[in-house]
Amino acid sequence: MYFCENSVKLMIDIHQFITSVEEEFEEMPKGVLTSESPLREHFTWDSINALIFIAHVNVNYNVEITAEDLINSTTVGDLYNIIKSKADSSSPSTVTVPS
Amino acid sequence: MAIFPLPGIRISGIASAVPRGVYHNRSYEYLSDKEKDLFIKTVGVAKRRVAPKGMTTSDLCEAAAIKLMHELGWDPADIEILVFVSQSRDYIIPATAGILQEKLGLPKSCMAYDISLGCSGYVYGLSTIGSQMHMAGIKKGLLMVGDVSTQTTGPRDKSTFPLFGDAGTVTALELDPRAAPMHFNLQTDGKGYKAIIIPDGGIRNLVTPESFTEEKITEGIERNRLQIALDGMEVFQFSLREVQPNIERLLQDAGKDLEDIDYFVLHQANRLMNESIRKKLRIPPEKCPYSMEEYGNTSSASIPLTISHAIRDVMQEGKTRLVLSGFGVGLSWGSVYLETEKVVCPEIIEI
Repeated sequence: MYFCENSVKLMIDIHQFITSVEEEFEEMPKGVLTSESPLREHFTWDSINALIFIAHVNVNYNVEITAEDLINSTTVGDLYNIIKSKADSSSPSTVTVPS
Repeated sequence: MAIFPLPGIRISGIASAVPRGVYHNRSYEYLSDKEKDLFIKTVGVAKRRVAPKGMTTSDLCEAAAIKLMHELGWDPADIEILVFVSQSRDYIIPATAGILQEKLGLPKSCMAYDISLGCSGYVYGLSTIGSQMHMAGIKKGLLMVGDVSTQTTGPRDKSTFPLFGDAGTVTALELDPRAAPMHFNLQTDGKGYKAIIIPDGGIRNLVTPESFTEEKITEGIERNRLQIALDGMEVFQFSLREVQPNIERLLQDAGKDLEDIDYFVLHQANRLMNESIRKKLRIPPEKCPYSMEEYGNTSSASIPLTISHAIRDVMQEGKTRLVLSGFGVGLSWGSVYLETEKVVCPEIIEI
């Protein structure tokens, strides 16, 4: 039988999260982001960059974030808190397809 | 739940045809150089095949079928079922399958009909034609699947224009009591029907002069109501959410492990999406072939085209165990586990 470990990987701290994001966006200078960094100074939320971020969080933390989560977060720390709260809650899905 | 085995059906051959014309996304003037770099790297489409005006999906499928029947040594008179899966049919009325039946010289005793599905269409089509052959004892059938999507993308819509390519395919199936059963897991969520849509031209919204009016949706996205509208974010979220559990449940039902599978051939949606699904399922990269860099997102044709492009030699030589998975427009998605042995798989045909 086939089993895939679906358990949510708990993020121990924000530093780990920041490191993983810096690795994902290759062109980004390393060691610059902090929890207070304004997201919009470091990321342009055009469609492709938003998708890269959403995919990164989904693959690595098994958490579904939305474009609104990105837009509504002012700092890296805000976004981390959204992801962490979604990871901590057991709700499987947070996005609905519009009708 | 639409999870079921299908015994006694063998895939004997797969062939694909593409238009000769190549469009290089580097030459798409509507993207800046930086956007082109990001697009080609992340979405994964460097070039794609574009049908000239008037060339239809059925023309591509016909070329593929003539080649494949010749290589198989099949007599058209023996074919008793033809199923055409596409969302780019020749006419609003009639069905395209009958036109193909006549062009290929198949007998009047052959049943032929269309199915309207896109990204999931190949997997759904296999289940439909296979089930019907199994139930009716039909010995030979042709599944013809593909799309000409480039005629219905807006040239000033950067969310669709550089993404899609055209292709038509044919899969030859035979009744074979010794064939290992296929296993299917087919799903639908019609709540998302607007996520990929051409709004006008059907009966809900008849064509009017306004249908041709180009509308600016946002910066870089201008299209009219007869051109495809793609909510990329919605389709992306849907695919990340649904494909992994669908494939896991399929493998569970088929009694297979990840290690049992030689190749996972996924619908060629875009590289970021496919790589995300691959990583979520922990599939090693070498088990996940691609064709989108060369051919783009070819809608319903993408799974058989990827087989023709990337694993044709392996398919011809010996036995393979495959999982095929299609997901997208509808919203509709489905996967199949199947085993093949020495499938006739000619080189991709250009017309």
